[in-house]
Parts: sequence; C-alpha cells; structure tokens
Amino acid sequence: MATDRIVGIDLGTTNSLVAFMQGESPVVIPGEDGLNLVPSVVALDERDQIIVGNAARKYLIETPERAVYSIKRLMGRGLEDIQEELQLFPFRLAEDLHAGEVLRITLGKKTFTPPEISAFILRQLKRNAERFFNAPVNKAVITVPAYFNDAQRQATKDAGRIAGLEVLRLVNEPTAASLAYGLDKKQNGIVAVYDLGGGTFDVSILKLHDGIFEVIATNGDTHLGGDDIDNLLIKIAIDDILGDANLDVSRNSEVVATIRKAVIETKIALSSESATEMDIELPQGKRYQREITREQFEQLIQPIIDRTVGPCKQALKDAGLKPAQIDEVVLVGGSTRIPKVRALVEGLFQRKPHTDLNPDEVVALGAAVQANILGGGSEATENMLLLDVTPLSLGIEVAGGVTDKIILRNSTIPASATQYYTTQIDGQANVAIHVLQGERELAKDCRSLARFDLKGIPPMTAGMPRIEVKFLIDANGILHVSAREQRSGKESEIEVQPSYGLTDDQVENMILDSFDFAEEDFRRRQVIEARNEADTILAALEKGKKSPAWGQLTSDEKKKIAKLEKALVQTKGEDDYSAIRTAIDLLNQGTMRLAELMMDTAVGTALKGKNMDEADMGEGTETGHPVARADFE
Amino acid sequence: MASVFIANLFMGNVESNTSSSLTMTGDATATCWSCGTMRAVHFCSACGKVQPPVPVDYFTFFGLSRKLNLNTALLEREFYELSRKLHPDLCARADKREQEWSLEQSSLLNDAYRTLKDPIKRTEYLLRLEGVELEEQSKAATEKARAAGEIKKQVVPPDLLEEVFELNMQLEELRAQKKLGEDDPALVEEIGRQKLELEEKYESLSEELKKYWDEWDRLPGNATEEGRRKVRDKMVDLLNRRSYIRNLVRDVSEVLEG
Repeated sequence: MATDRIVGIDLGTTNSLVAFMQGESPVVIPGEDGLNLVPSVVALDERDQIIVGNAARKYLIETPERAVYSIKRLMGRGLEDIQEELQLFPFRLAEDLHAGEVLRITLGKKTFTPPEISAFILRQLKRNAERFFNAPVNKAVITVPAYFNDAQRQATKDAGRIAGLEVLRLVNEPTAASLAYGLDKKQNGIVAVYDLGGGTFDVSILKLHDGIFEVIATNGDTHLGGDDIDNLLIKIAIDDILGDANLDVSRNSEVVATIRKAVIETKIALSSESATEMDIELPQGKRYQREITREQFEQLIQPIIDRTVGPCKQALKDAGLKPAQIDEVVLVGGSTRIPKVRALVEGLFQRKPHTDLNPDEVVALGAAVQANILGGGSEATENMLLLDVTPLSLGIEVAGGVTDKIILRNSTIPASATQYYTTQIDGQANVAIHVLQGERELAKDCRSLARFDLKGIPPMTAGMPRIEVKFLIDANGILHVSAREQRSGKESEIEVQPSYGLTDDQVENMILDSFDFAEEDFRRRQVIEARNEADTILAALEKGKKSPAWGQLTSDEKKKIAKLEKALVQTKGEDDYSAIRTAIDLLNQGTMRLAELMMDTAVGTALKGKNMDEADMGEGTETGHPVARADFE
Repeated sequence: MASVFIANLFMGNVESNTSSSLTMTGDATATCWSCGTMRAVHFCSACGKVQPPVPVDYFTFFGLSRKLNLNTALLEREFYELSRKLHPDLCARADKREQEWSLEQSSLLNDAYRTLKDPIKRTEYLLRLEGVELEEQSKAATEKARAAGEIKKQVVPPDLLEEVFELNMQLEELRAQKKLGEDDPALVEEIGRQKLELEEKYESLSEELKKYWDEWDRLPGNATEEGRRKVRDKMVDLLNRRSYIRNLVRDVSEVLEG
C-alpha cells in the first residue's frame, strides 16, 4: 500500500506548479514535457478534449475563442466585480449570464465556471504527480493569495474538489514562500515577503520564533500583477499601430494575442538588456517595429508598481513596525525579476531583498513543506508551525446599512466571534443576517459574503429569543457559521446563500460533469492501477519460487510460468492498460497449480501436529495470492 | 510551561463569574477521552490528544487569575506552547471529532491571546466579565451613527468641557473658511497645536490606566462589591475619556486635511 502522498500546489494566475517533499527538501514535479511550470492556460481542442499548459498555448493564438488564461482573476467573483477585467482581458462570458450568478466562460461551444477551469489545471498537476509517483494522488495543499477573500478561497477549494483532490489546507502564498526560505535558515526575526505575481500582489510580515511562523500583518491587491504590465504595453502597441499604420487591430483577437506574446518577451528581455526591439507581423503585409529601452519601460510601469507601496506601508503600520525593524525581505513571483521592482522593494524596506530561491517556484516548494507538516512532519519540518491571519475584517450588516466588524483583519486564524440576535415582531420565526468582508464602514462598500436566514425560531414575544450566532474563520481563512436559540436551546437551522459561490449540489454536479473530460485521466489511472497489481503478482511469484511447492512443478510448467512472467514484465513498461490486464490474467492462470500446491503444503504442515496459527497460513495464502485473486475477480 | 499555568488553574484561582453575558461554567477537570488519564484542560498531558473545549473565559483559558498587570512576554510564550498542541495543522490526520475540537480550541486560544495581549482590550474584557456594560462610546458606535446620518451623542468629559467648546468653535470657523477656499494659516496652526495637546493627553492616559490596574490587582480576595465597583468606575471613566479624545482627534484631522 502506498502511503498517502500529499502534494503542494501553487495554482497561479500565469503558471501553476506541483511540488513534493522528497526526503528533507521540497522538489518541483515536472510535467511530461520535462518543464516545472505548467502555464495556467486551458483550451478545448477540435474534438472537445481539454488541453492544459504548454500544449494549450498555441490555441491562444490559433483559436482564441477556444482558450482561456488568467482565470484566477475571475475566481469567486460576480459579474459586477469584473467590469474592469472585461475591458482588459479577452474573457468570453456565456451570453445568458445574469447578475448574481456564478460566472461561466465560453470555450468553443461549451461553458465552464472559473472553478471548473481551474480544476482542469489542477487535474493536469495531479496527473503529473501521479506519473511521477506512479501511484494515485488524492490530497493536496493549495496556495492562494493572502489577500483572497472568503469567496475566492471557497472557489479555490471547490476547484480542488472538482479535480478529485481533497484540499487539506489553503495556504497563503507569501506565507508558503516564507516556509520554503525558513527551512534552510531556521532563525528568529522579522521577515517581510513581497509577492508580485502574474495577477495578484501580496505583502506579509512574519515573526519567526523557534519554528513558529507567525504572520503579524498582511495586505495586498488581488488584481495587480505582471498581467497589468502586459495590458499596458498591449494598449500602447495597439494605439501605435492605429497611428502609424492606420490599422485598428483592437478587435482582432488573433493579432492581440500575437502582440501579447511579443510584449511578454519584451518585458522579460528588459530585465537583463538595456534595450530590445519589438517586431510584430500585422495583417495586410504590414509590420509593427519599435525599440524600447529599459528606461522607457521603467517609466511606463512606474504607476503600476507604485500601487504596491500603499499595501506595504499599511502592513507595516498594522504590524506596528518601522522598516528598520525588518530583518529580512523575501521576493516572490515572476514580476519581482524586474530590476525596477527590486529597487522599489529595497527602498521601501531599506534592505537588499533575498532572491536565492527561484521566485516562480518558491510558493509551490513552501506548499510542499506545509503538506509535509500536515502529513505528520519529518525531521526537516520538526517544530515548524504556521500561524496565519485573516487578511480582511469580517462584519455583519446592522441598521442603517452599516458594517459592524466582528473579527478584525490580521487576527490569527482560526478566529471566532459570537453575536446575539433577537426578533423584532411577536412570533417572528426567521432572522436574516448579512455577512460582509472588508474594511469600509458601509455595507455596500464591503464584499458581500453570504446572506443567511436563521430559521425555526420558537414563537415568542418580540425581543425574547436570544439567538447565539457563532462565526468561525478556520485555518483556511474560510468562514463557518452556527446558531443556537439560547432560551429553547434549539439549534437554529441556517440557510447559507453564498453571494458568488457554488452550492454543494453544483459542485457535486461538476464533479460528475468533469468525468466527460476525464477520459484521459481515467485511462492513465487504469494503467497505474494495473501496473500496481502486476507488481503485487510478480512479487508473490518471487516468493512462490522459494517455496517447497516450486520443486513439485514439472520443468514444462516452470518454463511456461517463466514465459508468462517475462511477458508481464514487458507489457508493464508500456502504456496499454488492457495488455497489462491480459498478461496479469495469463500469469494468474499459469500459476494456478503452483498456488494449489503451496496451499496444500501449508495445510499439510498444519496437520503435522502443529496448530493452524503456527503453520504460518498467512505466508502460505499470501504466496498463493495470484490464484486467490483470479478466483475472486 | 503550559502545565505550570494549568496547575494554577486547579489551585483555586478561578473565581466564580458574576452576572454577565460572558459567564461560563464548565467542568475543567476530567479524564482524557482517548487514554483515560487525568488530563490538562486543553490537551491530555499524557497522550497529547486535544480535548473537547470547555467554555471558559479568556483568563481561565490561560490559567490566569483576573488580574490586569500581565507579563505579555510570558503570555506570548504560553501562546506559542499551546499553539503547538492545539493547532489544526497538527491534527490533520486525527479523527473528525478531534479535528473539530482542535479548530474550536485553537480559535479560543487565538481569541484569548488577541484580547489579553492588548492593554485596552484586556481592560475592556475584564470590565465586561465584571458585568459592566461599556458605554456605547466605541469607535464603531460613533461610525455607525455617522453613517446613519445621526449625530452621536457623547458625554463630554467634564475636565475637557471648556477646551472642547473652544475647539469646536474654531473647527466650525475653519470649515466655513475652507468652503470659501481661504483658510487662515494662523487658525490652522492654532488648531494643529490643540490637536497635538490632545494627542499628548491621550498618550498620558496609558500611565493613568496602569495606576488603576494596580489598584484592581491589589484588591483582596474578600473585597466588598463597593470596593470593586470604585476601581471599575475609574477604569470605565478613563476608557470613555480615551475614546472621546480619539474621536475628537479624528474629527480635527478630517477638518485639517479636508
């Protein structure tokens, strides 16, 4: 039996990775193409099969209406939240979408919710891990931006479930990064993590104390990252093309996709070169050529990277610290490769940031460390414990549309708060509660998390019932609510209507739907299982050869078994599930007499004055395993 | 470390609660559900298993008596020690029931630590445990009233009466000037000076509060209700003054920056 392997997954806006704790250090598991990064791109091919990662990238340019990227930006969000995103990203929403509904994205003729699309990426990572271990993988730790709200976290957890993963923990990305760094260093002090990724920005300030990683404050912007730099450059190129070549390409998604690819290359080149040239082929035999210097680039992106300053200052203020009190600064996320970003961080915290670990991989590595801790730990993670915080205050709406904060931001999680409610009318049976997340005073400016109805309140005079409602934020940063009427002691029924989330039933249905696209998964899993079974049988045969029963076989029988054994060993190495099955069955049949003889020997020994226990029946039946299996199946 | 505090708990330091919404009772001594040994409050000292939570107040949770002077360095150490026993990360492989308890116990631990480590929150919490309904002068209440378009009625602390009256007049004047876009630098400077004074006063309240903490902590176990109330009233009064000054400073800043 393989032990439960828990993998760590960084489900990123641009790239995703899966990692695992191998011995005393975390390693990234590469995909079939040998690459560590799986681009977070999902496409539906001509046969309506889902393609993920590098293989899906070409669809972004060839058939953009069948591909999607940066889906993380839409996780846990509603139609009214994403108007800005829709201006900047080629998301194709389903046409029949209504406000208040979970978003659906069109790929070809089909539509998928953001958690389903993320689940395709997760399933690819799961598959990569299963290939690596040659065993099923069902449990994972997944990272999320620290500044993700409850709905975004819930959506990520749903994605895991749809992908067939039990999500043991959601870990905040900057915190995960600090775990990866902390593993080598094992020292005490204050650490600031600056995490500028493809689509999200986080800053976290942690106190390290003998293996305890205590987050003191966190802040961020869930819609700020390398994507924004790309969009800015794309817009400039489109305007240039309109001006120079009198060509409006803004509606031509193929050209826009080509420009996008070119600006990303430009951005990357400018991290090491002082100037680079953009050269894009346009329709009608035209070309767009332009030289960009690093200086120009830095001027352009200044307003974008300046948006990270506010959250950093707020986090320092919330932590009650001055920049000089920060001992170490860690950089995370691909966008921190930009020299101007590094300079900004150095200025903010007045110290040179650490860059020893690959900023693309450090989050996944940290997730693997946390997975190891949850799995019971090892020598490397001994004494390590993460104490994270909730990034946003939790409140409830009170009279006048005002938010009453009941759990403040930067509270260590799990955290709870208890509120008491009563009725306003005689015999009132329901009380409505509106839960909010955010820092603003008015309910309408905060994020609506859920509306609940406390139901089945026993009939009493107005003001008599005393309903105790407990709000609990768990270690994943996800809210749970329970209620009890205190005078009657009756548990009140709570009906939660998540504002933008999927209901349990919807998730269940998506799990079923996902099987349509999981043909390939299913096939791979069957191969893995058949291989495991082949190994069991081959091992049993090895034992059998050492038993006295082996000597009782004729040389013909032995020869036949050797032939079947060789055949199974050979097919086992191939990817054909049914061939492996057939070889197993043949070997089963071929070893039938061997197994019978072994059983006889075992029983015989038992009868020679020994009791059954001493006769080692266990060993005997185990050696006869191939037969037993053949009979029972 | 943990056991020292918990031992305190059994030495009769737990006072019975008086009329208060936070009054809780619970059987703090019992045997471990898993191994049957006599256990500590939150986890079994023999087998380490997390125990079902017992509803206790925050002081009791840490095995502390209801005193206001508190060694926060020690509290932090105790918080870390208990986190290492109770956190859900350490129970990820335990059965569902123990996972539930660990979630509840560690949220209680975090809530208790957050409240007790902060001098003001600790004082407010103790007062509420003592049955004091803190006057609705908190920031939240004021903000709520403002958002609802009402003017929050706040009792002006008597020793500030004259000062506040003067300041309000000046603020009114500055607002009017600002509307016309011609604010008088001398007035701005004068208001800025008063704001600084208020901030100094606000800071000095911490020292005063510590005096009352000492008074409270020195009360003998058999102190009369009258004696207890006297000290409580001083603290309530101070907290009210504190929140009044804080709101005033915020209003002044708004006018100055607006």
